[in-house]
Amino acid sequence: MKILVPMKQVPDLVEELEIDSSGKRLNRDFLKFKLNEFDEHALEEALLLKEQHGGEVVVVTLDMAEADNLLFTAIAKGADKIFKIPGNCDEGIDCHSAAQMFATAAKSIGFDLILTGVQAADDRDGQVGMLLAAFLGLPHVSVVTGLSLEGASAIVHKEYAGGVMAEFEVVLPAVFGIQAARHTPRYAPVSKVRQAWKTSKIETVDGGTVPASNGSVVNRMFKPESGKRAELIEGSPDDVAGKIVDLLKSRGLL
Amino acid sequence: MGITKPIVIEKETAVVDGVDISGAWNRMFEQRVIWDYDLRHMEKVTALEGGESLGWCYQCAKCIAVCPVDIVGDYGPRKIFRKLQTGMDLLESSDLWLCTTCMNCLRVCPKEVNMVEIMPAAREQAILDGKAIPDELQKAFDNISKYGNPQGESARKRADWVKDAGVPVNILPTTKKPVDVLWYVGSYPSYHGRGKDAAKAMARILAALGIDFGILAHEEKEDGDSVRLAGEKGLFEMLAEENIKVFNKYRFKKLVVTGPHEYNAFKHEYPKLGGEYDVLHYTQFLAGHLEQLKPLLRKRVSARVTFHDPCYLGRHNGEYVAPRNLLKAIPGIDVVEMFRCKENGYCCGGGGGGMWLDSFSRDFTSERLSERRVREAVEVGADILAVCCPYEVSRFEDAVKSTGHDGKLVVRDILELIDDSMRM
Amino acid sequence: MPNDVFVVAEHLKNKLSDVTFEMLGKGREIADACGGKLVAVVLGSGTKDLAAQLGVADSVISVDDPALEHFSPEAYRIVLSSVVKDRQPKLTLIANTSMGMDLAAPLSAELNIPLVAYCKGLSADSGNVSVTSQLYAGKVDVESSITSAQAIISVLAGSFAGDAGRSERTPSIEEVRPSTSLNDLRVKFRRLVEPEPSDVDITKEEKLVSIGRGIQSQDNIALAEELAAALGGAISASRPIIDNGWLPKSRQVGKSGMSVKPKLYLTLGISGAPEHVEGMKDAATIIAVNTDPRAPIFDIADYAVVGDLFDIVPALTERIKGAKG
Ligand SMILES: Cc1cc2nc3c(=O)[nH]c(=O)nc-3n(C[C@H](O)[C@H](O)[C@H](O)COP(=O)(O)OP(=O)(O)OC[C@H]3O[C@@H](n4cnc5c(N)ncnc54)[C@H](O)[C@@H]3O)c2cc1C
Ligand code: SF4
Ligand code: SF4
Repeated sequence: MKILVPMKQVPDLVEELEIDSSGKRLNRDFLKFKLNEFDEHALEEALLLKEQHGGEVVVVTLDMAEADNLLFTAIAKGADKIFKIPGNCDEGIDCHSAAQMFATAAKSIGFDLILTGVQAADDRDGQVGMLLAAFLGLPHVSVVTGLSLEGASAIVHKEYAGGVMAEFEVVLPAVFGIQAARHTPRYAPVSKVRQAWKTSKIETVDGGTVPASNGSVVNRMFKPESGKRAELIEGSPDDVAGKIVDLLKSRGLL
Repeated sequence: MGITKPIVIEKETAVVDGVDISGAWNRMFEQRVIWDYDLRHMEKVTALEGGESLGWCYQCAKCIAVCPVDIVGDYGPRKIFRKLQTGMDLLESSDLWLCTTCMNCLRVCPKEVNMVEIMPAAREQAILDGKAIPDELQKAFDNISKYGNPQGESARKRADWVKDAGVPVNILPTTKKPVDVLWYVGSYPSYHGRGKDAAKAMARILAALGIDFGILAHEEKEDGDSVRLAGEKGLFEMLAEENIKVFNKYRFKKLVVTGPHEYNAFKHEYPKLGGEYDVLHYTQFLAGHLEQLKPLLRKRVSARVTFHDPCYLGRHNGEYVAPRNLLKAIPGIDVVEMFRCKENGYCCGGGGGGMWLDSFSRDFTSERLSERRVREAVEVGADILAVCCPYEVSRFEDAVKSTGHDGKLVVRDILELIDDSMRM
Repeated sequence: MPNDVFVVAEHLKNKLSDVTFEMLGKGREIADACGGKLVAVVLGSGTKDLAAQLGVADSVISVDDPALEHFSPEAYRIVLSSVVKDRQPKLTLIANTSMGMDLAAPLSAELNIPLVAYCKGLSADSGNVSVTSQLYAGKVDVESSITSAQAIISVLAGSFAGDAGRSERTPSIEEVRPSTSLNDLRVKFRRLVEPEPSDVDITKEEKLVSIGRGIQSQDNIALAEELAAALGGAISASRPIIDNGWLPKSRQVGKSGMSVKPKLYLTLGISGAPEHVEGMKDAATIIAVNTDPRAPIFDIADYAVVGDLFDIVPALTERIKGAKG
């Protein structure tokens, strides 16, 4: 079983996001990138499957920011091979393009199963995993919280609202969007990551060329207005209750 | 270990060198043999670099009387040794995470069984073997390696507290000026709400004393000592290398730190990696300026104050005097000692990674170490529990609430008490 | 048709989800502004009753087939893809939900129609459509305009009012047969797995009523539970409540407990210690009730109620029950 895990980096939300002078892009001077947290779950699930059934885990990512560190961290956790798709993506890349590059790379690397994170914080044009499935013409299930293998098929649990899950049997190869691995993603000890920097090799794989336009343009980016200080709700208990109910309604919470 | 019945040796008479010494001892059991035990688990630990001394234990149990974890639970080197003989795998056991590396056992141990080295070595092995790490600790490791602080806050916000300090603070990465004192602030004083109170107080005190000081702001990272003791040695080394690189960029005469853990790191561990500095804990630095400080302490702080010795300032580094001298210099303060103090001071539970094992450890103790300590402070009738370690304000303040002593005992950093007394 | 707006109805266990009506309400407005029709698309088996509830739409396309009885990422995508390819609507609105995620992006890639995801705002001005997406965990909104003739938009639940999408009118229903066989597919539905009733995972709850030491005694927790039930959420707590054994550890929020990001986090008698805040600061809306106006919880709350929880909670529970009618 060869499990391919395409990984993507997203702006680190611990840093305050700033919008640049064009008003259409994030200010990249202050941007820090980190691995999409859902991709971390996809990798964990892949490693667990490997531990159960044998096989290999292969990680592929785009060439930007912390790519090397991300790949060596994957090695430290137990991945077998790591690939980088060249082509500087530091200026940002939309999800359709990323998915196309992953699709081209996946075809040349080969795979029996592809696991991706269910979504990422910057998927303006859709989630990479499901786009990738369509580009490869593969069956797919998104929002997966449970996964096991039975012969040439996978049994997956897809989570709906309210905790109800649907169980599907899917013929492999397929693409799954992982919402949560069975366990908290494992820790990569720093000494192992540093070891990987010294002893492992990143292979390159071509992602092909990607068509430019995607049919929608960004007009502006802005931060939704949020009061820095709490807004006071005052009055008698009943007034307060009434105001809270109005507020919940206006926010679609009731 | 197979259970075999001892063979009974019975003799009619016992004659030694021709003398009949018959008695109750005619009936004996064969010699009890230690090699009855399966020593695999023991050897796994003693084979580790740093783990050797566990094998020296001769079960005298002196350590158990002083182990702070045993006082609220069932723990200590002797017990761990015994459990290893009878089949416990330390690397898989919860016992691996309960030691706070407080060093009180080593102080009394006739055989120098050194948990401060054994535990980090065993933990490191467990982490490298991919054994489960308690969630909270893993999160702290992750945050520290990504952001340089356990809270997972942005490095850019590390010096945000400065704007409320009320005095100018020299940000070295901006001014690049040589200074007399490089003040390493630390993560808790930089980010934790109550920690920041101490940081601001320290800035005001240094300013009032006219000290030429600067801070590293966003270039400062977690020191890594507690991470090392919790078993993430690789992360410690990475942090140390990065901090040393930053320290070496600036010119300063003394390195002054807010926290005892940082003090321990800079004094004993960084030199091994090439970073040698003239380092002082703030209590030592300020005690050295006591004559200049005294005239500034004009306001009376009328209170009965007891002082908690931080393990890493006291037992680990032998400093018991400086903090007490500072407290005694504040007019109005009446210092009382708790039953466990100085060399035998109790542990707050935060050391050796305990800071990030709160809910894990809680399951193995009848109460938190911090809660026990707060009761001890209450017992001696203190109004104020004075501390000088940034971990402790949050731990004890929480414990004051959880033991139902709010309003009766307050927790203050010595810095805050000095700062109070400076304000007219 | 070039100016039509399609809304893909979502349903589970024979019940249309709220987001369907929210999309219909918004879709109505957009279709009118663009001079097109609003068309609802229902896939399923035996869905007459569902289709009948979609009267806000000018018409309903119903694909009723035994193979569509349960949602399936593959079967639903195949059918929807042929409908969209056939009818060429200007906009296709799909919920950005678990089911929708298996439709919107694959459709976009397969049909080469642009997709704008995480839509929380939508407007049309003389045929120009503008979409506001909520990105970066709600920290930044991005407004895009559609430059191509067709687009797929995946809509976040709770973004639009549901009332505008409900109507008593009976819509005209057009029955459509799947154009290709739905046998021998690679994704097979097996069964629905219901969550264990006792098993509350506070990290997955959208609404949390969180209690702290201000609740005073275990008996009073019932008050908070009643409020949580009225809201349709669960209760969580600060550490002292867990320490006291009043709630299980799985309900603890904070540094040494769970990190939660619910849509609503309502605190009752929690002071807001840094260790607690670490676990809940990313909640979308935080409402705090505390008697102490200087409690640090108010530094991160969006709404502050300075008052006694024992006065506020009963009144609020009452009101919510009333509002839900
Ligand atoms: C290492 C460590 C880890 C920790 N981890 C966690 C953690 O994971 N999660 C966590 O929550 N805490 C944690 N803590 C504890 C934390 O420091 C606080 O002590 C705790 O969060 C306080 O809980 P509280 O807000 O319920 O209680 P308090 O701080 O006592 O606050 C009670 C509040 O209720 C208000 N109040 C009283 N009566 C009423 C009333 N009738 N109506 C309205 N308001 C009222 C009061 O004004 C007060 O603000 C940790 C502490 C440490 C040291
Ligand atoms: S004091 Fe030392 S020798 Fe004695 S029981 Fe403890 S560890 Fe063993
Ligand atoms: S170092 Fe402290 S906590 Fe650890 S075993 Fe010794 S006395 Fe106990």
